[in-house]
Formats: sequence, C-alpha cells, structure tokens
Amino acid sequence: MLKFLLRRLANYVLLVVIATSLAYLLAASTLDPRANYEGRSPRPPEAVVDARLSELNLNDKVPLIQRFGTWAGDVVTGDFGRTWEGNSVNQEITRRVGVTLRLLVLGVLLGSVLGVFAGAYAAVKQYGWFDHGATLVSFLILSIPTVVIAVLLQIAAVAFNEATGTRFFQYTGEYTPGLQGGLLTHLGDRLQHLVLPTLTLALSQIAVYSRYQRNMMLDVMNADFVRTARAKGLTRRAALVRHALRTALIPAVTYFAFTFGALLVGTTFTEKIYGWHGMGELLVNSIYSNDVNSVAAVSCFAAVAVLIAALLSDVLHAALDPRVRVG
Amino acid sequence: MSIAAGRAPVLEVSDLNVTFGSGTDAVRAVRGVDYSIAPGEVLGIVGESGSGKSVTSLAVMGLLPDDARVSGSVRLHGQELIGRRDKEMTRLRGKAISMVFQDPLSALTPVYTVGDQIAEAVRIHQDVSRDKAARRAVELLDLVGIPSPEQRARAFPHEFSGGMRQRAMIAMAIANDPDVIICDEPTTALDVTIQAQVLEVLKTAQTETGAGIVMITHDLGVVAGFVDRVLVMYAGRPVEKGLVDDVYYRPRMPYTMGLLGSIPRLDTGDREPLVPIEGNPPSMSALPPGCPFEPRCPLSIPECEAGEPPLIPVPGEGHSAACIRTQTIENRGLTPRDVFKAGPAGAVARGDRAGRPTVLMVDRLVKHYPLMKGAVFKRRVGTVHAVDGVSFDIREGETLGLVGESGSGKTTTLMEILRLAPPQSGRVVVLGRDTAKLGRNDRMAIRRDMQVVFQDPLASLDPRLTVQDILAEPLTTHGLEVGSRVRELLGLVGLDASFASRYPQEFSGGQRQRIGIARALALEPRLIVLDEPVSALDVSIQAGVINLLESLKIRLGLSYLFVAHDLAVVRHIAERVAVMYLGWIAEIGAVRDVYDTPAHPYTQSLLSAIPLPDPRKERERRRILLEGDLPSPADPPRGCRFHTRCPKFKSLPEAQRALCVDQEPELRPLGGDQAAACHYAERLEVV
Repeated sequence: MLKFLLRRLANYVLLVVIATSLAYLLAASTLDPRANYEGRSPRPPEAVVDARLSELNLNDKVPLIQRFGTWAGDVVTGDFGRTWEGNSVNQEITRRVGVTLRLLVLGVLLGSVLGVFAGAYAAVKQYGWFDHGATLVSFLILSIPTVVIAVLLQIAAVAFNEATGTRFFQYTGEYTPGLQGGLLTHLGDRLQHLVLPTLTLALSQIAVYSRYQRNMMLDVMNADFVRTARAKGLTRRAALVRHALRTALIPAVTYFAFTFGALLVGTTFTEKIYGWHGMGELLVNSIYSNDVNSVAAVSCFAAVAVLIAALLSDVLHAALDPRVRVG
Repeated sequence: MSIAAGRAPVLEVSDLNVTFGSGTDAVRAVRGVDYSIAPGEVLGIVGESGSGKSVTSLAVMGLLPDDARVSGSVRLHGQELIGRRDKEMTRLRGKAISMVFQDPLSALTPVYTVGDQIAEAVRIHQDVSRDKAARRAVELLDLVGIPSPEQRARAFPHEFSGGMRQRAMIAMAIANDPDVIICDEPTTALDVTIQAQVLEVLKTAQTETGAGIVMITHDLGVVAGFVDRVLVMYAGRPVEKGLVDDVYYRPRMPYTMGLLGSIPRLDTGDREPLVPIEGNPPSMSALPPGCPFEPRCPLSIPECEAGEPPLIPVPGEGHSAACIRTQTIENRGLTPRDVFKAGPAGAVARGDRAGRPTVLMVDRLVKHYPLMKGAVFKRRVGTVHAVDGVSFDIREGETLGLVGESGSGKTTTLMEILRLAPPQSGRVVVLGRDTAKLGRNDRMAIRRDMQVVFQDPLASLDPRLTVQDILAEPLTTHGLEVGSRVRELLGLVGLDASFASRYPQEFSGGQRQRIGIARALALEPRLIVLDEPVSALDVSIQAGVINLLESLKIRLGLSYLFVAHDLAVVRHIAERVAVMYLGWIAEIGAVRDVYDTPAHPYTQSLLSAIPLPDPRKERERRRILLEGDLPSPADPPRGCRFHTRCPKFKSLPEAQRALCVDQEPELRPLGGDQAAACHYAERLEVV
C-alpha cells in the first residue's frame, strides 16, 4: 500500500511541476509589469525601468524561455522570486497561507461532514419533509454563485446585528485590530470573524455532498447486505449506519478530490469579499498589479492543495474499501 | 418421512396476506398462505418468479418495506408476530428465526471481514466478549466446511468464491442456534457441483441446530430429496400442499402437474418431449375473478371462472389442492403428460454422422488473455488460459451442447467462433471457410449464415426499437427486402403478428427470447449459436422455448451450438455434448452415451450433482461430491487439470497418480461416439 501511495505521490509531484510551469508561462506572457511603471508621473527613464525589471526577472525584453529558466532555477531552491515592488514572494505567502488554510480546512470538514449526514438522513426519510426541504435548499444554493452567497450572508448579518443591536457577526477582516483583552477575548473575536466566511464555503459543499450522498445512500439502502444485517437482528438504525452508510461513504470520499478545486475558487472570492488577507486575495491583487511571480506562486499553492486533497482521497478510499487495497 | 408428526409446530403461518400500494393499482402479492413446520422438519415452498414465495418469507421475518400491508397470523412457538413492534422483532431475528438469502455476493457487506460479520451476529444476541465471538465465528466457519477457517475469517467477502460466501451466510444463520431457518433460493446462483456442496452444508446445519427449515425455490429438483413437505404457490396463493411423495407422484393441481412436466430431466431414458405450460402468469394487480391458473389450464371448464377455488383435501396425508377438477384427475388417473400437450419428440440423430457435411469445425482453438499490471508502463504478470486447445465439430442438422461450470471457458469459445477472425492458435472453420483466410466481404456473407441468440433477452434487444425494427434490421443490413418477412418470423416463433408494433419491454421473458430467436432466424441462417438461451427463464416458460428450438431445427434444417450450464436442458435438446473444464474438453460424445455412461470423473461428478425431481430416487442417490472450487484459469494445475479435485485421483494408488500429475491427457475414443480426456477413463452409470 505504501509503495502504491509513494508512486502516486511521485505522479502528483510531476503534475504540480507541470501545472505551476504552465501557470508561470501564461502569466509571464500575458501580464505586463512594465505598465506599472509607465503609468507613473513622472515617467521613469526606460533604462531604469529595464534595470529594475531585469533585477526582478520581469523584463519582457528578456526572452520568455530565459526568464522561465531563471524563475525555475530559483523555485527549485525554494525561492518564488519577488513581487513587482521588490518584496519577497515567499514572505508574502508565509504570511497568508495560514489564513487560507484555516478557511479551507474548516470549510471542507464542516461541509463534507454535514453534507454527508444531511444526505444520508434525507435518503433514510426519502420523500419526507426533511428530504424535500433539503432538496429544495440544496438546489437553491447550488444555483447561486459563491460570490452572491457571500454578499447575501453579509447583508443578512448586518440585518441581524441591527435588529439585535449587537455586533455578533463580524464581516470584515479576520480580527478586530487593536482589540484589548485576554486570550479568550481574542479567540472569541476570531471566531466571530470566522463564522460567515466558513459558512459561505461550507454551504455549497453541504449542498453538493448532501445531493451526492443521498443518491449513494439510496442505492445502498435496499441492498441485500443491509437486509442480511437486519435479518441478523440489527435494528434498522444500526443496520443503516453500520452497514449502509459505511458502504455508501466510499464513493463520497472519491468525490472529495473533485470538489476541492471548486472549493478553492470559492475561497478566492470569499477572501476578497470578507477582506481576509489570504492566498485568494493575493491572486486577485497580483493579477491586477501584473505581478507574475506571485501569480505563479499562488498557482503552485493551488496545485499542491488540490493534489494533497487527491492523495488524501486515495488514502481514505483505501482505508474505507478493502476491495481497492493493493498488496 | 414426516418425522415431526405429532410434535408442536415451531412456526405457524395462517391466512397471511401482503398487499403493496393501495387503490386500483394495489398489488396483492401474497393471498392467504397457510403452513406450519415442526422442529427438524423441512418444508419446501415452490413457485415461479412473482408467485409471492419470497414476499411470504420476508413477511414472516417482518422485513417488508413500509408500504407493504400485512394481515393474517404468524405464530412462533404460539406467540403472534404480526403487529409486533420492530424493536421486539429485532430481538427474534437472527436468534429464533434466521434467513439465508439467494445471492451470496450482494448479501454480505463488502467492507467488513467475513469473520467480523459472523461475530456481529453472535454479539447481537449473546452477551459475549469480542474475542469469544471471533472464536465462535471461526468455529462456525469450520462447521460449514471452510478450509483453514482461522485465516479465512479475516478475509473480505470479495476474496471468497460464491459457494464459500453461501457457506458463510449459513454460518451466520446458525450462529444463534435458531428454531427456524428460512432459505430463500440458497443455491440458485451457484454451479451444480457447488449447489450439491451447499445442500450438504444445509443438512449439517439442520442436524446441528435441529431447526425447522423453510426452503424456498423455483427448482423442483433441488427440494425433492431434501424436504418433508411441499407447498406450491401460484399468483400469491398456495395451490397445492402435501407430503413430498404425494405432491411429486400424485399431483392433483394442474399447475403442479405442469411444473413437474416442464422440468428437463436427466433420468428419462429416451428424449421425451417437455410439456410446457402455455401463456404467462397473471398480473398481480389485475387478477381475474376465477381461478388464476384458468387461462393457462388445459382442464379448465366454465365453472373455473366463477370463483377462486379453496384448498380442498385430496387423498394423502395433509394433501390438498386448490382446484375444482381434482376429482376428474383422480378418477381418470391423469398424469402431466395427459393434461398438457407435449411438444415434438426430440429428433434422434439421423443416420450416419460422417455422411453429413460439417457446418462448424473447431480445431485446437486457443484463447489466452494476458494479465497486465501497472498504469503507464504495463507489464505482463500472467496469462489467463481461458480456452486452451478445444476441438469439436458440428454436422448439418445437429445440435452440440457445450456445457461446463462458470469459468470453464464455454462463452470464450463461443465468442472466438463468432468473431470470425484468425484465432491465436488453432483453426475455426465455419461452413467450410477457414476464419484465418476471410476478407471483409466473406465475413459479412458468413454472418448471414451464422446467427446468435443471447442469454438475457431484455439486454440483447434495443429498448428503443419496435419488434418490427428489430426483426427488419438484419434484413436491411444485408440489403434484403423486408416485405412480409417480419410477420412470417413472428409466426414462426409462435407470436402474434400484431406484436410487431410493440417494444421489447412490453413482453414477458419467454416472449422476448422468442423475439431474439426470430431475429436470429431472419436471415435464414444454417448455424445458430445459442448462449444460455433459457437460463434466465422460469421452467414452465423454458420448456416452451426448448420445444420451439427443437421444432425449428427440424423444420428449417438448422444446426445449433448450444452453450449451457444446465446439463438436463442440454440432454433434451442436443444430440452430442462436450463437457468443458478449465478451458479444455473433458469429455465429448453422443448425448446418450455420455449421460448414461460418463467416462470422465468430472462428467460423472457433474451428472451426479444434478438433483432429480423425484423424491425416492433422490433419497437413495449417492452423490460424488467434488471438493473445493474451480482453480483459477490464470494458474491451471499441471498435468491433468482436474486432478486437484478428482475423486478418481484420490482413490488411485500412489504409483498411478504420477501420470495424472505429469501428463496432460488427450481425448481418447472409448468406442461408439464418446471420447474422454482421462488416463483412467472408465464408463460408469451415475444418474
């Protein structure tokens, strides 16, 4: 099994290299950092701009392949280069990666766990009020883009705060700057800021997973082995949880790898809207400011994240399903 | 016989009714079922698909879906079960009543080990530690005959063969020493040799637990030697019940007679024609007011339409039949053959084989599949010897039955012939043309003369085409005039010409297979290849299709290659038979010779494993039981492929065994039209 996973990992590393290189080439050939200087007044002399751009490995007068070589050489040593303003991309990323991961991990966990349970319960109570309600809500959420959900949640939070006269929901930034108080106050404050963005991400995950899990569960619920479990003397609930749900979880785990990409996209918008300084915000800002190296670095992060999700998916699949375990 | 008479019954079912849905489309699946069984007694419930036999047992277990309405009474040790809360039923299930289901592949949870699943059954009802339950699971696996049970308990269901999974199911069912075991078609999905093993295990299970057994099956052969009493169901109702000898030897309900007459039998000397029951079982949502069997019954009189007849006593202990004409049957001493119109007598091979032209010749045909590993860089890690040197020929107007268990390579052989491409090794000559030397046009021309009928009649007919389109397609493909040919074809297979505008879904299984046959006949072929054409059909329907094939062969001068796993069916339709084992032919010859005096130990054990629908003969029969499962075709045994399971090999002295292990036997003629691939072939009567 370990050998199989290591081989998978090697394949994935190759994919990350390809994805990041393509992202760099695309960014380097379409973004134009020179424009950032040309818009200034007084306009700096061309020689100065060239020198500066060359120093940052952003000069479009240098052949693309040569710039790529320089960039790749640095990346191999773990250095993603510098932003167009001359700051270290590595530093920028280290600062932001925790913010994004916090959102992602919470969104994934909350979304998949709640989604699976909502779906399984809807299947057990097929055509009941919960099932109909869950179907309606899921399709509603699925048909609204994450951006809109984020904004709608913000509006709802404002309304709630005004109606109750409190500031329960916080919707800008990840903490209140200059807050006085102990550790608990800070933790509470962070949680208050965390609720809405996490919910934004989790909602669409719940919607997707509940639909998927409902179908999987319905397939399995009438399976012969669930009947066998009942004939052994298990209660309906025990048979459904221990035999049906346990088996129906397997396909949901493989699904995890696929939904993760969509989740990343959702994170980008959510961060921008809630003013979180994470990787998503960095991506949007750096495209805006023609910052080639940052774009490539964020792409690399996204590729790694997706592939870790895929690897995790493989591991979970093998853990849940004895039929796919390889020698 | 009736060992249990006088003892208090453990399970009594009376006037059990089950209805699904409501209003006009309510389906009354079970209507007034009555039976009781005593400890140690075995009751057989026999009926075709849709007769309500499985629903009855699920109702007893309280495992029907919520939309089923159950009324009547089910008493276990005198205690009423109907109307009990699910929680109370849970305590009884698996402890007092347990159940063995049909399909052992889907009936075990794929994600837990077999040992854990049996231990779970133990722990639900007994307050024992995890360790103790696990040890008990190993004991139970040992009891049902799983070799090295300690290791196998840690295996997952997908690592078990079908027969072993069914043994595990039985182990689970007897884990808590139940009073009643309900077996729902426990051997239907299994090969005959495995079926014989599982029936033995069930007998062991019964002696071990002393439970009463309800054995549900559609196969009258399976229950003949195993049960004490029989209950025959039709359209949700019991139509005849009694002691097994009474029901088999003196049936009084025409349906039972029809069922008995339509079973192909191994033990009938000459090939007597089968007696099919015409028509189809009624729809359960719109039952006619009279006897539900009346539309298919050759003995029906106007009074039959008046009302549904109750079970009335007829001579014999506890023997009763739901028919108003039992007196007539009694007085005139009618047998199934008198009541139902028999089909045409099987054509006995005409004269000299050698004088007739050969339509199909297969010579040392080989098909190996490589076993590959790796996703990007594939490498060969082994070879599946699916077909490994098979030779036979079919003469004009002749039927060759190709029989064998699943995995023996019979379907691969058939596909290799149908491919009409050069084989990996060996030769296939169709209608005098070597497939290795065919061009595109030749191939097309030969396809006209060689057609195929598949096993699953629904899956092999396009659901979006009408029967007209399905039957016209081969004609237009070959550039022929359609004209009135579709009507002719439908007439030929005994279907109404008005069916042409309907879709395949609107037909019953038997009718669909007739459409499949009509399609194969469209181009007036000379050779038809049939892949298990009747194995998906109920016996009463199966008999009609077999008779149809028989009469078409005579009328149209066809030759058949008939692939089947059921030796009894082959005996009825074929003149010659080839028995396959692990990709090679163990024995080949005229049906009469091979069935009466099989010479290969494998043929002998196959034939002896097939149950006869004759209780007396069954009880007296001594089976040659094969041990274990078919070895993997990826790693066939050295020398004679059968020696690992061969009963003959085991009885040989050490010195003679070496030959079997070292040398692969060739097919050797044994005189007459019979040849066997065994070093120590010896003709033996086993049926």
